[in-house]
Amino acid sequence: MSTAMTSNLIISIALLIFSSLCHADIVYQPLGKPAADISKQSEWNLTISPDGKNLPEGTGNAAQGAKIFALQCAACHGPEGVGGSADPVIGEVGSLASEYPEKTVNSYWPYATTLFDYIRRAMPIDRPFSLSADEVYALSAYILSQDGIIDAELDLTEKNLPQVTMPNRDGFISIYPD
Amino acid sequence: MNDVTTQSRRKFLKKAALGSAFAGGAFSLPVLTHSEELGFPENLPESMRVPGADFSNYGQPSEHEQGVIRWISANPAAPGNGVSWTPLHDLQGTITPNGLHYERHHNGVPEIDPAKHILLIDGMVDKPLSFDVKSLMRYPMVSRTCFIECGGNSNSGWRSNPIQSKVGYAHGLVSNAEWSGVPLKLLLKEAGIRPDAKWVIAEGADGSSLNISIPLEKLLDDAILALYQNGERIRPENGYPMRLVLPGWEGILNVKWLRQLRLTDQPAMSRDETSQYTELMPDGTARQFTFINEAKSLITSPSLGMMLPDNPGVYQISGLAWSGRGKITRVEISADGGDTWVDAELQGPVLDKAFTRFCLPWKWQGEYAILQSRSTDETGYVQPDRETLIKNRGKHGFFHYNAIVSWEITEEGDINHVYGYDF
Ligand code: HEC
Repeated sequence: MSTAMTSNLIISIALLIFSSLCHADIVYQPLGKPAADISKQSEWNLTISPDGKNLPEGTGNAAQGAKIFALQCAACHGPEGVGGSADPVIGEVGSLASEYPEKTVNSYWPYATTLFDYIRRAMPIDRPFSLSADEVYALSAYILSQDGIIDAELDLTEKNLPQVTMPNRDGFISIYPD
Repeated sequence: MNDVTTQSRRKFLKKAALGSAFAGGAFSLPVLTHSEELGFPENLPESMRVPGADFSNYGQPSEHEQGVIRWISANPAAPGNGVSWTPLHDLQGTITPNGLHYERHHNGVPEIDPAKHILLIDGMVDKPLSFDVKSLMRYPMVSRTCFIECGGNSNSGWRSNPIQSKVGYAHGLVSNAEWSGVPLKLLLKEAGIRPDAKWVIAEGADGSSLNISIPLEKLLDDAILALYQNGERIRPENGYPMRLVLPGWEGILNVKWLRQLRLTDQPAMSRDETSQYTELMPDGTARQFTFINEAKSLITSPSLGMMLPDNPGVYQISGLAWSGRGKITRVEISADGGDTWVDAELQGPVLDKAFTRFCLPWKWQGEYAILQSRSTDETGYVQPDRETLIKNRGKHGFFHYNAIVSWEITEEGDINHVYGYDF
């Protein structure tokens, strides 16, 4: 009796293995949990694409940004955003095709939205996510206005940041798929 | 008859043991003449005459190998920002030990409790899903040996003067391991991929919340959500509890500490796919989405920091070759700076998008030489020399430097890094 059961079981296991080999199907139990709610939470919507999606409401201008920059950024990026231990963020617009090209935010980055995205998630490097949305708009305004990419008086917001045209907007050529 | 043979054999062994101690020259052991039986063990090494050390819960390298380390270059103002290099010059075979796998962190190694970590798959899917580590452990797993190489590896090669660093400390932002985990396509299909989805924005749970866009096509091809590295759970510095492994594609895309995959129809244009990991060309435009690490090779021995002790002498040229496009099919060696080439032997098994070790014995007779290796992959792509690479890409590309590396052997047997030589 028990022998018959065992051999039945073996046969069904054998069939399962056999059928999975035949159809190249992988047999597994789907264990993902529904996550529609999590997906809507702001901490799961950090990436800001060029269309400005996910930008939080807020406003900030260059004068405000200059103060924050001096206190929280200059130690590593240099007093004017150049010449520190970390990457220069200001200047060198138009240098890319020269013999000594310099890649800064203003000379190289194709989208201003990336600046908000990156400062918020990664800077200052010892205190990521410590800045408010207004402070990040202000810092972005300060950096961009230093090379005249935006007007020094402009209040940068979630509405106008995606409209900023960076000098090197068309400088990138996608190699994928080649 | 029998007795005589035994005696003379003992005498012979005693003589031989003494002889070798003498040849060693360090010291000679006292010989006990009153007992043949005791005299013999005294001449054996200490390790054979005393019990060894106890068992260990987790084995460590020999104390004589303490110098085999990752070389760290980090930013003093932000110590978690930098790299550590695999000491390729100290290793053999093809597998990089877990403690020596190269590191590139943007803001340190995060401490993540696997019980609290989830992976969210959302965006252009039918149903957003979250996966915890425990559930993922129940999925069918695959194992895959492949290299991971930082897009910035070897970038000192763009400089005007050849850097005088050991091979691992100039080219060791590449390592090779067996990664085991869940094929990503299973998880993506479980969430239900919408037809308009083309890209996936991956995000890490580290202090830089690194985000980067990856073509969905690659994730549906051979990508792995890796949980294991060389048989054990992934090391914290390599993405514990889980990371992406995209065979053949540059390191930055193999996101560590993975927390989210969001399906979209557009790339995010994040900082690490615009400002970084793009290659500036002489005309001022930049190549973007240069995902594949093209064929490359290096002679790891002899290489800078070593020397050739015997003249004349026979030396085993040994090195590594790899390609993000597939298998290595050929490695050639030149001793005259690229004028003539000889095929090296490829040590099997030659795996797809993985390190392949090559070797070739070389008889050196004190002549000035420039040793080079040149790899070819199964697509027919041939590793370029430095001149060709610079002709095609200029000097400011910074990323994806894969030119032939040249070691100068002087008449004295010293080894220097050079950019080539006209014989
Ligand atoms: C403790 C040093 C430190 C401080 C303070 C700091 N940064 Fe940074 N920053 C860095 C480092 C290091 C990098 C490079 C990070 C990397 O490559 O992963 C960086 C990168 C950047 C970049 C990207 C540069 C590029 O070209 O890719 C921007 C923009 C930036 N920081 C802005 C800021 C701002 C704004 C602040 C102030 C709120 C700030 N940083 C404060 C160290 C610092």
